[in-house]
Amino acid sequence: MELAEENLGEHHLDEKEVVDVVVRFAGDSGDGMQLTGNNFTEATALYGNDLSTFPDFPAEIRAPVGATFGVSAFQIYFGANDVTTAGDALDVLVVMNPAALITNLDNLVDGGLLIVDSGAFTAKNLTKAKYQVNPLEDGSLDKFRVLEIDITKQVLAAVAEFNLGHKTGVRSKNMWTLGLVLWLFDRDRAGTIESLKTKFASKPEIASANIAALNAGHAYGETAELPAGIHVYKVPKAKVSPGTYRNITGTNALAWGLIAGSELANIELLFASYPITPASNLLHELVHHRDFDINTFQAEDEIAAVCAAIGASFAGSLGVTSSAGPGIALKSEGIALACATELPLVVVNTQRGGPSTGLPTKTEQSDLNMALHGRHGDTPMPVIASSTPTDCFEVAIEAVRLATKYMTPVMLLSDGYLANAAEPWKIPDFSEFEPFPVEHYTKSEDFKPSIRNEETLARVWAKPGTPGLEHRIGGIERSFDTGDISYDPANHQKMTDLRQAKIAGIANDIPLQEVCLGNKTGKLAVVGWGSTFGAIHQAVKRARTEGLDVSHIQVRYLSPLPRNLEELLKSFDSILVPEMNTGQFVRLIRSEYLIDAEALNKVAGQPFKIGEILAAIHAKIATLGSNS
Amino acid sequence: MNQALPKLTVKDYASDQEVRWCPGCGDYAILKTIQKLMPTFDQPKENQVFISGIGCSSRFPYYMNTFGFHTIHGRAPAVATGVKLANPELDVWVITGDGDGFSIGGNHMLHVLRRNVDLQILLFNNEIYGLTKGQYSPTSPPGTRSPSSPTGSIDFPLAPCVVAIGSGGTFIARTIDTQAKHLGAVVTRGHEHRGTSFIEILQNCPIYNDGIFNQVTDKKIAADFKVELVQGEPIVFGKEREWGIRLNHDSLNLEVVDATSDDVLIHDETNKVLATLLATMKGPDLPVAVGVIYSEEKPSYVDDSQQQLISIRKAKGSMTELLHSGHTWEVE
Repeated sequence: MELAEENLGEHHLDEKEVVDVVVRFAGDSGDGMQLTGNNFTEATALYGNDLSTFPDFPAEIRAPVGATFGVSAFQIYFGANDVTTAGDALDVLVVMNPAALITNLDNLVDGGLLIVDSGAFTAKNLTKAKYQVNPLEDGSLDKFRVLEIDITKQVLAAVAEFNLGHKTGVRSKNMWTLGLVLWLFDRDRAGTIESLKTKFASKPEIASANIAALNAGHAYGETAELPAGIHVYKVPKAKVSPGTYRNITGTNALAWGLIAGSELANIELLFASYPITPASNLLHELVHHRDFDINTFQAEDEIAAVCAAIGASFAGSLGVTSSAGPGIALKSEGIALACATELPLVVVNTQRGGPSTGLPTKTEQSDLNMALHGRHGDTPMPVIASSTPTDCFEVAIEAVRLATKYMTPVMLLSDGYLANAAEPWKIPDFSEFEPFPVEHYTKSEDFKPSIRNEETLARVWAKPGTPGLEHRIGGIERSFDTGDISYDPANHQKMTDLRQAKIAGIANDIPLQEVCLGNKTGKLAVVGWGSTFGAIHQAVKRARTEGLDVSHIQVRYLSPLPRNLEELLKSFDSILVPEMNTGQFVRLIRSEYLIDAEALNKVAGQPFKIGEILAAIHAKIATLGSNS
Repeated sequence: MNQALPKLTVKDYASDQEVRWCPGCGDYAILKTIQKLMPTFDQPKENQVFISGIGCSSRFPYYMNTFGFHTIHGRAPAVATGVKLANPELDVWVITGDGDGFSIGGNHMLHVLRRNVDLQILLFNNEIYGLTKGQYSPTSPPGTRSPSSPTGSIDFPLAPCVVAIGSGGTFIARTIDTQAKHLGAVVTRGHEHRGTSFIEILQNCPIYNDGIFNQVTDKKIAADFKVELVQGEPIVFGKEREWGIRLNHDSLNLEVVDATSDDVLIHDETNKVLATLLATMKGPDLPVAVGVIYSEEKPSYVDDSQQQLISIRKAKGSMTELLHSGHTWEVE
């Protein structure tokens, strides 16, 4: 299906009270936009709105100042209802220079609020952004509400008393801007002030300057004569179930899920990985948590990382490795070794734009085929995907459970969007999670490395250091009966069948597929997997509000598929599968179930917009007719 | 561990698998020596682990009745590092060859040496690819005629011990497959060393590279072509021990002199510069050095990792505390 977009017709700041708002902060990669966004997120969560965020930063760490390819942005969608995406069109755009304006203006709605640091609109910066004429002067921004402030000048005045000099003083621009936006939405500054004090504990004068800038920005909103129609907006608090909440990114939820998995399995975990964007943050997070039974190993390359993880699993710990697409490709021989030797292994793929280096900081779902099929030999392994930042926690636990219970490598698919996006999370009660303690084999009598559990078909886990269990394993095909090397043709058939049956059998140990929104039968099911959840959910919700017969199904278990999925999908007249690839899951569904499922594909390095999926739903429903 | 260990013998270390190397392969001699040596370490057998990559040498673990893992080509040092990190109590051995260890697996060899992970690496160097039927390897001399180089190889070879020293290796030794006593003594020293012990074993491939090391193995001539290094002893060789090695102070190269010369070098295995020069020695001008070339005390990666863990885990993590760490808020 062709990708099209519909305007969602939101409130767009016409009233003093608005149901939801999308704000985007954009500036140079050195302007501190991510820090600004994170602080605004904290304040918004504390205020009581539901929210979702989308950090969007360039691959270059410090691109030349003012360059369009160096623009770093942070988008937040917050509101009174459930928010599951970072939003489509922008209601408020904050730009710190001309490059940020030219790269983001297309997404600002007509009548939207544009906050501009006019001090950065110098001839030099305008040239770098390829503006022939200053857009602040040529009338091209007339359809927006423009708030032009020389933020640089304001900041220098606000921090003058600290004698920091021009260069250091100007660096508080982001905090001044944050102060203004906090005022705009009636948010509290206390959290930001606390975090600045912590962040700059060793440089109190920098902390004080930033706080002064924050307060000055806030005071500017209160006291300056702002253009008509710009005032404090009220966004009603979201109705959420009682409990203790926190914000969490997908990366942190995944890291904590791995720790939780190790606790529930009562097993040591070795996380071995090699730095790669956007997966490295998982290593950065886990290294802080070695007070649990977690150790980390930064290997010399991707292959060493997976091999060290396999070595740890052989020795009785759980080996976990992580990367993005190019690194997972390098690991594939190792993954197959784990499959052949039937050792547990968790492989996390934080997918990014491909092929090759592709778009390292952008999101995509194009590694599904590799996860399902990208290994030599007949090498089946479970593949599961997380659908939201907070879902990463449970999916990581599930990966640990499957790997240790079935003695198999497990592929966990996340992506660049999930990794960096944050959302509020009702903190679960960890005591309510069912433990699944691992049992290493210890009986030396009649021991063979080929002994397996008749129900799960999992091979025994006999770790070095256990008296009487000395044995050899390896990549050469082993005898089903003894575990020794075997080149016997019938045995290879039997072992190949066994490997398939073991993974296929996992379908009996995973939940039945549920419909997450709508009916279990009807005209149209929109079927997604992974991080498309948020956009599909909102689009289906809106379509149902319009009275359309649409349901939303989000699949976590991609291999093996839930055993009721075929029956469920066949109870709908038609199936639409939005994916951030050229149609990898839709082909799986079509080939597995012979269903005429239709694809909706977007491969732009950006998540789906709600309006894009809604447009596809409308188009699809129109072709189905009213009587079908 | 105070409990007396059962006395083990060579038989306890032979697995029930039929050994499948070619008749006359140097690997048989190495296997026999290692099987005899293992009981002398007086360790629980279940703590000994042999890990290999791919190639003729890498079948070794199948024939040892210990824990063993025949992994993938070139990656044994990485797997072994994971094993050792997961359980530092294990006595880990890596078995590899010149192709496995220095061609496809060169990167892992470099890094395991640099990190000084506490394990023994036995590199079976036969200067040829055996299992894939005779192609030249990264240690083959230039001009080697093989199925993939019928007109002579044009690669310059590397010297494993020199690369190992350059990678930051802390125990570097060289020995010979059929010289059981020397092999046993060198491996025993390597086993005692805390850190990565790198032991190059010159190993004859009777099928594809027969006699490549004849100069150092043929009893009739070997004394003139190899020098046995002994810590604190003069570096002398020859049938009558009539030759010595000294440093030419002008060229900074080693050279052969009369053994009675007063500037014959004394072997000092802690001297890295000397070790590098000795590891580089080869014919026709210089003898091949065997024995412990270099030894250095240095912290081992796994020891340091354990130290950090012990310090960090003085206060054990709590999942509930982690989940509630940082900013949280209540909704009523």
